[in-house]
Amino acid sequence: MGTSEVAVLDYGLGNLRSVVRGLEAAGARPKITNDPEIIQSADGLLLPGVGAFAEGMNKLAPLIDLVKKEAAKKPLLGICLGMQMLLEESEEHGLHKGLGFVPGTVRLFPKKPGMKIPQMGWNTISPSAHPLFEGIPDGTYVYFVHSYYADTTPEFTIAKTDYIVPYASAVGVGNVMGVQFHPEKSGDAGILILKNFVQMIE
Amino acid sequence: MGLTRRIIPCLDLKAGRVVKGVNFEGLRDAGDPVELASRYNEQGADEVVFLDIAASKDNRDTMIDVIGRAADQLFLPLTVGGGIRTVKDIQEILRAGADKVSLNTSAVKTPDVINEVSRLFGNQCIVLAEDVRRNYEMRDGVTPIHLADGRVCWYEVVIYGGSQRTGIDAVSWAQNGVERGAGEILLTSMETDGVKTGFDLEITAAISENVDVPVIASGGVGTLEHFYDGFVKGKADACLAASVFHYGEMTIRSVKEYLASRGVLVRL
Repeated sequence: MGTSEVAVLDYGLGNLRSVVRGLEAAGARPKITNDPEIIQSADGLLLPGVGAFAEGMNKLAPLIDLVKKEAAKKPLLGICLGMQMLLEESEEHGLHKGLGFVPGTVRLFPKKPGMKIPQMGWNTISPSAHPLFEGIPDGTYVYFVHSYYADTTPEFTIAKTDYIVPYASAVGVGNVMGVQFHPEKSGDAGILILKNFVQMIE
Repeated sequence: MGLTRRIIPCLDLKAGRVVKGVNFEGLRDAGDPVELASRYNEQGADEVVFLDIAASKDNRDTMIDVIGRAADQLFLPLTVGGGIRTVKDIQEILRAGADKVSLNTSAVKTPDVINEVSRLFGNQCIVLAEDVRRNYEMRDGVTPIHLADGRVCWYEVVIYGGSQRTGIDAVSWAQNGVERGAGEILLTSMETDGVKTGFDLEITAAISENVDVPVIASGGVGTLEHFYDGFVKGKADACLAASVFHYGEMTIRSVKEYLASRGVLVRL
């Protein structure tokens, strides 16, 4: 195991074991925590997440100020709902405020005949030249499960995917990054993306 | 480019070992689940399903151990089903490393579990597993399905491994489950399960057209063409199979190569 400690923010009830194993495979020392001291001392932060936006923000509420402060100093990666929470707001079950690192709104996929919601399964990403996607070619398959997508500007988009609409499947601003897909469920390509994140911490 | 159709191997487990029944009877042992899942992963499986077919309290700890070992070794989506009843069961399984749970009999018996679990953990982790059987006695309130042989029937939800009829219309139950928060439907037709004559295409298409969420076709695959028909005629988003993969009749890669050659988008 590597030396970089990644605080995996524990604010939910879902499967955190896979993300922890993914980070270990990427060479980091993950720690599932909601302890402010550990969050402060960690080298990087990971915001996991499945479930509903408002529920996620409510559970994260006691840590929001700390996460914002720490994200200015060290890399933060949001996954799935954790990525959506990086935006300003979400339309999931009413309008809810997000962390606001990335401008834009999280919106429900529009209905289209023959297209299922949620998008569930493997789709391709077109990454931009960003250190998170070092060695990840255009057209790499990764695993998605989501009904809502990030509607943001090209400036904050670091990977694009097409499902019903073209949308940002990864966002980034400075130290703060988020991926809509699950790198911990995306085989070797996913582990490489986590390795790139760990590289940015070291 | 775009969302691919999924091929999902299903591992039927009993006491932590893989078995596969023909029409859910006559079980045979086919090995260690984690080793088998790992082989499927190498072959290009898009997900893996573990189904505990002899679910009991004693089995639960064994199952949790299998899920944990699989989650530690495989970086792909994992669904677990069989005998799951309570929110606590589901939380344990998710914490052990599963991404989705499939609910079958318990969803029929206590449908509010779907609402509760989707609220707590999200719709994406609830798969509504429906076992269905044809019923030729038409009545009001059922969805008529026109079969290829010209007959008309409706499909009835069956529970306890197919041994008990419920009187519930399969299409309506799928819609009800989705409204309650199921994120996916796993449809197994008892008419075709285990007999390798192909998926039950009419009911698969009817359900796929009547719900917004993805539908997994299950039961009956025996040839490469059956997979193609499941996606194209059955309008399934994913196809699930067990014995054709376990006994090496075909590999997941060979299925995907065949589908790609016929224009179905798959991840190779």
